[in-house]
Amino acid sequence: MAKRVAIVGTGQTFHKSHRPDVNGQELINEAVQRALIDANLKMKDISAILIGNMDHFEGINYVDCWSVDGSGGVMKPVIKITTGGTTGASLAIGGYHMVASGMFEKVLIIGWEKNSESDTTGAITTAFDPIWDRQVFAGAISGLAAEAQGYMARFGACDRDAARVSVRDRKHATNNPHAQLRKEVTLEEVLASPMLADPIHLLDVCPRTDGACAVIMANEDVAGKICSVPDWIWATAARHSYTYLGDGDWGRLTSMEKCAKEIWKKTGIKEPRKEIDVIEMYQPYSFAGLIWIEDMGIVGHGEAPQYIWDGNTDMGGELPVNPSGGVIACNPIGATGLIRCAEAAMQVMGKADARQVPDVNFAVSTGFGGCMWTDMLLHGKRKPN
Amino acid sequence: MESGDASQPFAYAVGMHGSKFFAETRDNKRFMGVKCPKCGKVYIPPRGVCGSCFVEMNDWVEVGPKGVIGTFTILRFAFIDPETGHQKPVPYGYGFIKLDGADTLLQHYIDLEDESKVKIGARVEPVFAQERKGNTRDVEYFRVID
Repeated sequence: MAKRVAIVGTGQTFHKSHRPDVNGQELINEAVQRALIDANLKMKDISAILIGNMDHFEGINYVDCWSVDGSGGVMKPVIKITTGGTTGASLAIGGYHMVASGMFEKVLIIGWEKNSESDTTGAITTAFDPIWDRQVFAGAISGLAAEAQGYMARFGACDRDAARVSVRDRKHATNNPHAQLRKEVTLEEVLASPMLADPIHLLDVCPRTDGACAVIMANEDVAGKICSVPDWIWATAARHSYTYLGDGDWGRLTSMEKCAKEIWKKTGIKEPRKEIDVIEMYQPYSFAGLIWIEDMGIVGHGEAPQYIWDGNTDMGGELPVNPSGGVIACNPIGATGLIRCAEAAMQVMGKADARQVPDVNFAVSTGFGGCMWTDMLLHGKRKPN
Repeated sequence: MESGDASQPFAYAVGMHGSKFFAETRDNKRFMGVKCPKCGKVYIPPRGVCGSCFVEMNDWVEVGPKGVIGTFTILRFAFIDPETGHQKPVPYGYGFIKLDGADTLLQHYIDLEDESKVKIGARVEPVFAQERKGNTRDVEYFRVID
């Protein structure tokens, strides 16, 4: 019997580039305890656990087994989902399916990463095809740079437009006590920072972070009893786009386009720009802040730079994007997608404190990774029909 | 643990289609793609199934060897190359080459002798290795010929 699903609690660790004060299990536990407190639940109330990270980063491939002390998973059903960059968002969608199925009443979802214990670029490079992709590929940044070049050639945007996105997110992050980087930067500082891979500067990209996030989802029978304003999940979508890197339609994110269309159709949203109140986007670099809101259908192709320069995606604007500061301010990879989900939930629940967008009825969270694929969730204040 | 001293040999099957591509490059210095019988898309690297149409592909077509830069970047940050365990020499040109007649892009190095010429749409040609072994390094790099 299918059930409606809501988020009833969230928890995040404090995030830093290195957390030698805790091991992985302890880091996970920090987020779990906070989520349980937020939902006013005990571990005995939890029916099942979903956990994930980027599974070859820390060199521990069986995190579901290894982390049970910290996750609270002793003698509970524990399932691992590991989908690279999208891990956190895949966990959220997996948790939604588990609760929606009617088989699990309350599911604890955990994403985590200790990037300080990994060679991130080496690990990401080896996640791609060893014959066709590995020779020239240089981890996430090289692929993103190729996307940015494609976008600029097709739509005429420039690195200054992208820098404006980085300035926005880094400013928003100053409102978020959970962000790793909480320092404002200027356009000139972004453009003067070292070039990593043309046209991406150091201050255009996300950091490496240690941190964890936990989210508790419950079904409609209990969600309203646990929480006065639950965050209802209205719809989810996931799309993959290619096998080899050279198959991509470089300069746009077709998986984002398909996910957005599916979600707007499922929920009857006609004008996302007006009907959505806030977006927490898995945006690993500044150019994605331009490209992907076009693919999402918020604005037309080539229109994002002007929309962003006009302040529409800033706090107080028409459609704030990444009030948390987003991925550019904090990126514990296996947790990153789930943080987007948690932040969107907090916006709907009215728990986002200094980064709260007023009167949020609909929020979108996304995940991004690997084969330029997208995960997307629509969160709402009202219980879906 | 230190990088650079360890050896991690592994076997990885490139498949019948990939094998033909490498044999042709090695023996005849030509690139072979495979065409979908349904949508007509020509794939590089060649593979057995068109993912979009989900049908088997066996229609071989010669592509390139010249083409254009589909997209690119220039790598400037130092990182450990997981294939060698050593720091990869930078900068290097990272190109997605659209070989003439192909619909997908082949990743390879782009020569950076004149960076200002490395642009999307620039025409390129492959520089083949003298001694070819049937792998991606049978092409040393692509260079801009405009």
